[in-house]
Amino acid sequence: MTTSSNAAIEVRGLVKKFPGVTAVDRLTFDVRPGEIFGLVGPDGAGKTTTLRILAGVMPPDAGSACVAELDVLRDPEAVKHHISYMPQRFGLYEDLTVEENIRFYADLFGVHRREREERAARLLAASGMGEFRARLAGKLSGGMKQKLGLTCALIHTPRVILLDEPTTGVDPVSRRDFWRILYSLLAEGVTILTSTAYLDEAERCHRVGLLHEGRLLACDTPAQLKVRLPAETVVGIITSNPRAARDAVQGMEGVRGALLAGDRIHLAVDDGPQRIPQLRARLESAGVPFEEIRLVRPTLEDLFVAMVEGKVPAAV
Amino acid sequence: MSLHRLLAVARKEVIQILRDPRSLAIVILMPVIQMFLFGYGINLDLKHTPTYIFDREGSPQSRELVSRFRSSAYFNVARQVDNYADLITALDAGRCKLAIVIPPDFSVQLRNGGAATVQALVDATNDNTGSLVLGYTESIVAGYSGEVRLEWLRRQGQLRAAPPVSVATRTWYNEDLESQAFIIPGIVAIVMAVVGAFLTSLTVAREWERGSMEQLISTPVSSLEVMLGKLLPYFVIGFFDTAVCTGMAILWFGVPFRGSLLTLFAGSAMFLTVVMSQGFFISVVAKSQLAASQVALISTFLPAFLLSGFLFSIEQMPQVIQAFTHIIPARYYVTLMKAVFLKGTPVSYLYTELAALAAFAAVLVLIATRAFQKQL
Amino acid sequence: MNNNANSVVVENLAKRFGDFTAVDRISLETRKGEIFGFLGPNGAGKSTTIRMLCGLLQPTSGRAIVAGYDVAREPERVRQNIGYVSQKFSLYNDLRVIENLHFFAGLYTVPLDVLGQRIEWALEMAGLSDRPAAITGELPGGWKQRLALGCAVMHRPPVLFLDEPTSGVDPISRRKFWDLIHHMAAEGVTVFVTTHYMEEAEYCNRLALIYRGRMVALGTPSELKQRHMKGELLLVEAEPLGAALEALESAPGVLDAAVFGSALHVVVESAAASAPALRQLLDARGLRVGKVEPIRPSLEDVFVSLTTRFDSGGQGRAA
Repeated sequence: MTTSSNAAIEVRGLVKKFPGVTAVDRLTFDVRPGEIFGLVGPDGAGKTTTLRILAGVMPPDAGSACVAELDVLRDPEAVKHHISYMPQRFGLYEDLTVEENIRFYADLFGVHRREREERAARLLAASGMGEFRARLAGKLSGGMKQKLGLTCALIHTPRVILLDEPTTGVDPVSRRDFWRILYSLLAEGVTILTSTAYLDEAERCHRVGLLHEGRLLACDTPAQLKVRLPAETVVGIITSNPRAARDAVQGMEGVRGALLAGDRIHLAVDDGPQRIPQLRARLESAGVPFEEIRLVRPTLEDLFVAMVEGKVPAAV
Repeated sequence: MSLHRLLAVARKEVIQILRDPRSLAIVILMPVIQMFLFGYGINLDLKHTPTYIFDREGSPQSRELVSRFRSSAYFNVARQVDNYADLITALDAGRCKLAIVIPPDFSVQLRNGGAATVQALVDATNDNTGSLVLGYTESIVAGYSGEVRLEWLRRQGQLRAAPPVSVATRTWYNEDLESQAFIIPGIVAIVMAVVGAFLTSLTVAREWERGSMEQLISTPVSSLEVMLGKLLPYFVIGFFDTAVCTGMAILWFGVPFRGSLLTLFAGSAMFLTVVMSQGFFISVVAKSQLAASQVALISTFLPAFLLSGFLFSIEQMPQVIQAFTHIIPARYYVTLMKAVFLKGTPVSYLYTELAALAAFAAVLVLIATRAFQKQL
Repeated sequence: MNNNANSVVVENLAKRFGDFTAVDRISLETRKGEIFGFLGPNGAGKSTTIRMLCGLLQPTSGRAIVAGYDVAREPERVRQNIGYVSQKFSLYNDLRVIENLHFFAGLYTVPLDVLGQRIEWALEMAGLSDRPAAITGELPGGWKQRLALGCAVMHRPPVLFLDEPTSGVDPISRRKFWDLIHHMAAEGVTVFVTTHYMEEAEYCNRLALIYRGRMVALGTPSELKQRHMKGELLLVEAEPLGAALEALESAPGVLDAAVFGSALHVVVESAAASAPALRQLLDARGLRVGKVEPIRPSLEDVFVSLTTRFDSGGQGRAA
């Protein structure tokens, strides 16, 4: 496979099948050097399988992949020197301390002692874990474990980092620390490929690939993706009685669908500015209390749903 | 191959072993406990067979015969009874395994140069032991009988009478015919087979179960480095255990040690390599600790116990089975152990065994390495 | 005993394990037909609280009434009157759909005369009426989730507990699932949801934010965003991003700043005052500035704001 482009990761027609299911279905995308790319999709979309193939841990059935300009299929072991992989299930040894875990991975990557100590000190300080060096990894909180996992993954200087759902279940404060570390890595020229099932987390990435049942629906920056959904078509109504509100406006001209949330409803309409006064009037006459009615910016989740339902064409 | 990475794997394994009290207990206690269990539990000697005697005469001669039984280590004359009924009841109830009846005209028959018959009743529900007991009885009686005849001949004036044929016995290698002495070296082999395979069978399966294997194989470490790195600490532990078992055999059980320590350790090193590779292979294939440990125990213990010759002599087995034992590594190790302990054979006589063990070691290491692929 | 049959009443509920306080005096009340959310990171005490409310764990102190029964005194009654959908669905993967339904109907002792009816209803709700004989393990995540819901409500409980119900499920299935929940709530079922996923919390009528065993906020999602967010949120586009972050972190009036994709989210005391000031600051440093506009805080912003205040006011950095 030619490595003429400067992509940090190049995936072409990747296929992986398991009995009864095609986990990855002719996947093709690029990750540019120095960017954070998010593979986004629900469970079963093919994120973990893709990452495993790129990490050289699982062979694909067809297609090709280049990471750090090395062919993963032909020479997976060479690639491993230049990448770090943080799988969803921990690679941490719960019966080893933070310090011992770091040392183990440093040794596997051939990092010399001085460099290891310097990097470890820096990374641990950035995650607020400096005082926990001697603690057993099993006794750390979920957020701390993730940060330790990231530290171990970064103890050598990889060119590409592969993260599989690193912030699932992690508390928001630790999640922020985590992303702060990731962003600071970009300054060192590292490329990051991360996967997530949370569409809102995808907004933190530079570019995003929406995966659904092994196929790529779209691949672009979050801003560009949201533009595909016309901006004037979602109206949000904040109300203490969403059901009543929905019942009141159902069937109105131009109202295409309603999504109930806890203290609001989102209506899909044809023309927001035109319909808002009509909706307001209807709610008032129906006696439904509401606090606010305004245009709402569509989210990536709205786009995802629209693409899967075929209302917006998938475009890669 | 990077020694650095190999040692990193070994270091991690050591830390994990030390931090897991259950593993440590198994590593240190299991061999010791097994040595005790088998060492004392398996005893083929028929000492102190419970015996009841019904002396119907009570003459000096009959009492002399009784005292022969009493002073023999093979019999434990529990009671002397004075009627048949008690004797039969005792046999039935299992209170004795052997019952001797001396007829009321014993001394009279002896004096007249006739033949006196002593009745022996044996509980043979335990197959082997029945015939052995009878054998011992016969030898005591025959001994007594021979002496009586000699005495009679001398009284007749044949002062230089002597028994016509006698057997001069010398048992080599195990003078006291203590079964312990020939069993225990074999027990060391069994224990090492089980412990060695068991220890390593968990190590890879544990990484799979915990999920850390996935990350491990995404690093540059090679499968050979992982395997050797993981086996290294267990090898050291295995050696330590072998030394402990050998020490117990010599110092506690009093088994003589006549051979060379070097041969012992060379053979043990190779045997450990064999069983550990076996355990490692099981670990790789089984992927769950529970399955791995069960398969390891069964596949090492049963063949070693039944077919290595440690307890059941190979020569007594059917030809087909005998041929089969050639592919049981424990067989060679047991032979080697017995030779080194009891015979003090120079190493040149053990080349076959050492070569066989070396061959097995090489094959199993190869199989284990091939099986452990860095892939999901 | 049953006039509050559809509500959950919690008064100073607490649970201690040795000297570790998992749940620290939580009090709340839910109304009939309400969808109430319990929001907080893993380890905050949500699961422990739920287990107490389900009658699975004895509280150390305080009390809770669920479906009209005291959880400490009559846990069995509580369990008969609630439905529970756990995170991992607790369905038997090797059983068929219909077999799972029968099994759970048996566990909850659904009366025989209505059994057939309820099973049909559950099948329809899950969208599996045409596939009752499908093997459960072979269903995609979204279907399993709806089936799990069906299994949990065949006995028509007045209170339903959902534990991380839609983690990892695709957005379409999630929306369908929540449609079902809203239906049930409309029929008077009180739904108690626990989640660590802030976005999911938006589906709830009211939320309790749980952190380190304490309830740090209570209200509708909008109320929380308005009242509990200290400061206001600005979106700042600037390049280069790293330099901009550095500049803004220590700027006057800035409470917090973080990178978000290719822009910065900056928490300021006053958006109106800070927006022009920050733009000036960045210009002065020679950075290219794009948008500087106020945006609405998300529940995550609220949560971070609350918990940082909690920590600095309380015990300091957590482990």
